[in-house]
Amino acid sequence: MAQIVVENLVKVFRVAERRPGMMGALAGLVRRRHREVRALDGVSFHLDAGELVGYIGPNGAGKSTTVKVLAGILVPDAGRVEVDGRVPWKDRIVHVARIGVVFGQRTQLWWDLPVIESFDLLRDVYRVAPADYRRARDELIELLALAPLLDTPVRQLSLGQRMRCDLAAALLHAPQLLFLDEPTIGLDAVAKLQVRDFVRRLNRERGTTVILTTHDLDDIEALARRVLVIADGRVLSDGSLAELRARVSRERWLTVDVVDDEDAAEIGDADARVIERDGHRVRLAFDPQVVTPAELIARVTRRHAVRDLFVENPPIEAIVARLYEGQA
Amino acid sequence: MTGYAAVVAARFRMLLQYRGAALGGLATQTFFGLVRIMILDGFYRASATPPSLGFPQAVGYVWLGQATLALFPWNTDSEIRDQVRKGTVVYELCRPLDLYGLWYARAIAWRSAPTLLRMIPMFAFAAAVLPALGLGDWGLAPPAGVGAGIAWVAATVGALFLSCALTTLAHVGVLATLGADGVPALMATIASLLGGMVIPLPLFPDWAQGLLAALPFSGALDLPARLYVGHIAAADAVWVLAQQLSWTAILVVLGRWLLARQTRRLVVQGG
Amino acid sequence: MRDALRLYFRYLGISVRAQLQYPGSFAMQAAGQLLVTVIEIVGIVALFDRFGTLRGWTLPQVALLYGVTDITFAIADALARGFSVFSTMVRSGDFDRILLRPRSTILQILGQEITLRRGGRLVQGAAVLGWAAAQGAVAWTPASVAILAAAVVGGACLFMGLFILQATSAFWTVETLEVWNTVTHGGNYASQYPMTIYRRWFRGFFTWVVPLALVSFVPSAAVLGRADASPLAAGLAPLAGVAFLLASLGVWRLGVRRYTSTGS
Repeated sequence: MAQIVVENLVKVFRVAERRPGMMGALAGLVRRRHREVRALDGVSFHLDAGELVGYIGPNGAGKSTTVKVLAGILVPDAGRVEVDGRVPWKDRIVHVARIGVVFGQRTQLWWDLPVIESFDLLRDVYRVAPADYRRARDELIELLALAPLLDTPVRQLSLGQRMRCDLAAALLHAPQLLFLDEPTIGLDAVAKLQVRDFVRRLNRERGTTVILTTHDLDDIEALARRVLVIADGRVLSDGSLAELRARVSRERWLTVDVVDDEDAAEIGDADARVIERDGHRVRLAFDPQVVTPAELIARVTRRHAVRDLFVENPPIEAIVARLYEGQA
Repeated sequence: MTGYAAVVAARFRMLLQYRGAALGGLATQTFFGLVRIMILDGFYRASATPPSLGFPQAVGYVWLGQATLALFPWNTDSEIRDQVRKGTVVYELCRPLDLYGLWYARAIAWRSAPTLLRMIPMFAFAAAVLPALGLGDWGLAPPAGVGAGIAWVAATVGALFLSCALTTLAHVGVLATLGADGVPALMATIASLLGGMVIPLPLFPDWAQGLLAALPFSGALDLPARLYVGHIAAADAVWVLAQQLSWTAILVVLGRWLLARQTRRLVVQGG
Repeated sequence: MRDALRLYFRYLGISVRAQLQYPGSFAMQAAGQLLVTVIEIVGIVALFDRFGTLRGWTLPQVALLYGVTDITFAIADALARGFSVFSTMVRSGDFDRILLRPRSTILQILGQEITLRRGGRLVQGAAVLGWAAAQGAVAWTPASVAILAAAVVGGACLFMGLFILQATSAFWTVETLEVWNTVTHGGNYASQYPMTIYRRWFRGFFTWVVPLALVSFVPSAAVLGRADASPLAAGLAPLAGVAFLLASLGVWRLGVRRYTSTGS
């Protein structure tokens, strides 16, 4: 039984148009013009409990809109949505009591209050039983190393510290479903790792379903076993990361470090394309079905003195960009 | 000069965008104007000894006040308040330009653009719509004479410069108090009361009239309005302009001096 | 319900503590508020000094009316602060966070802040009322106290309803907010004076559409022992304020429904 069911979700927004210049401003006094934006144009997918799904797409693709619909704060124009057997926007209070939402750019904590007081206030807001609250709070404080931050007002925290506190805050009422909207945006490398680690553990040990919306494809690579790609309000791809790669391109990259810089200028192969040449490093793209990695390596090492080499998949950015292009 | 014109034009465009707000402002002023007139009407009927300011004159006085509200020095520029509170005013202080002049010009733009925009509909309503609705008693009558009308226009221009001098002085006060609410609140209170916005100044006790006329605030609304309704003879306009001009000069000098002192103090202290 | 009240008082405690964190600045702001309200009094006193009476009402009588109105408005203004600033919340998208919490939106917004420094107007209103009482304008009986208390409660409900309606309009457009200020601040200003001085259409609006006359003028007139007033009607009239508040809450719910349909 799927925990989340989304079928043919449609959402259309009407946006007022502003006309430029003085004449436009005067005209705008009389009548406003509107245009329609199809933010969601028939989105469908099912999620089982305990899945950790990455939800990616360009800006304006419809990611936030989907999250808002699933969270129950936006009513769609058409389509069917069910979360735990419930329609999210009907019975809002019952639904939101059982989910957690973290927005990367806005905190849900009270700006002037010490962190621990925000937590206590949320306990009252979510009506969590005192014993359950204490247990959840202490666990989260430990897992996210929040102890030294508890008495600090939220406005004095760094971005990374705030994000960890926001994660804890979203889980104090032990929701089974967690939405993360750009959780690592603006964070330094260390903080990003901490957040990813925590989310992975949460999903693996507690079975919390996680929907992760992000622009940072490293997040996806680190966490998501399943990836949904959305653009222009439609789902372009739904499957594992490997499937996504395979779908777009079989291409693989061979990066070679040569001993002699001048030699690097000559490296090439009939079956491979040179992507980059930088000092003694050369990067070649090839189709493993035309020439196997082993065969290409053999050819290159036969002709040049190679100090080091490695074979890798193209970064997801390239994959995803190709996917968007393919649909345009 | 073209720079100033561009600023005013930009403000016009911005104000036009918020058509609802423009109408809302008009509605507010109309409402307050009518309420004030009804209150005055209630008082005038009761009394046996009418004051020197006749009821029709009082009505005109109230509408002129509403129509030129944006000109009146009761409020301060929220952008400057924000700059002071956030500390970004320091950038302005450190620049090698005439900050007082800049602020004064800014005040002129900030007051003149909305005044022109609001005055026309307000005049139209008070002078044409109200009589059409059968409320002619409460409408805005034409000036007491051609001379009165001309005098009023001149005095209103004088009021603009005077008001901006008062406003800029208030802004210096905001700077001195680091953006606390005190100066804006004080300004609103004192200017409204002593300028004729709360009740027409001639209705204050007789012993206070000399004092009120001497203060700078009377030049902002009271004196020009009294020229319009004929309570002050058009021939005396020259004295009104003299009062406005002298006070403007005094306030500008005072403002410049205080600002220089503040600038030195803040830049030395590090803001 | 009890649980909701508990949460509300928790919110209030937090808000009060935050405001008292900087006592110096707070005192100055409160003093500033007090000062702003004082100018109105000076105006009224000057008018009475020159004219003597206002359609048969004396200064102490108007002072009673004025005091009651101001106390009422101050209470509502302080309590409904969250609604006054609601338009910024809608524009910044912070209302989404309110919707994501399993609590009533009204409760959460009310709990945002109780603005203590607006208490300046409350102090002024009480002072004016006290002066009116000292002048012997009112015969203090249990009935008159009850009527005035009902007037304050009904009036506070009415003004709160108006603030809620103002905030609700932000769901559709932010451009009408100033018009609402006309009704709230303008209504307060108008009801500081006896309704009898206004024209019939004006009185009609403030009796049947926004029942301001019923929650402050009618009770005050009764308590002052004015000839045409009925104490019974005066006691019941404030219920109009409560009814108005309930209606406003209904309109709010419509506004929330619109927000969740159009995503602002």
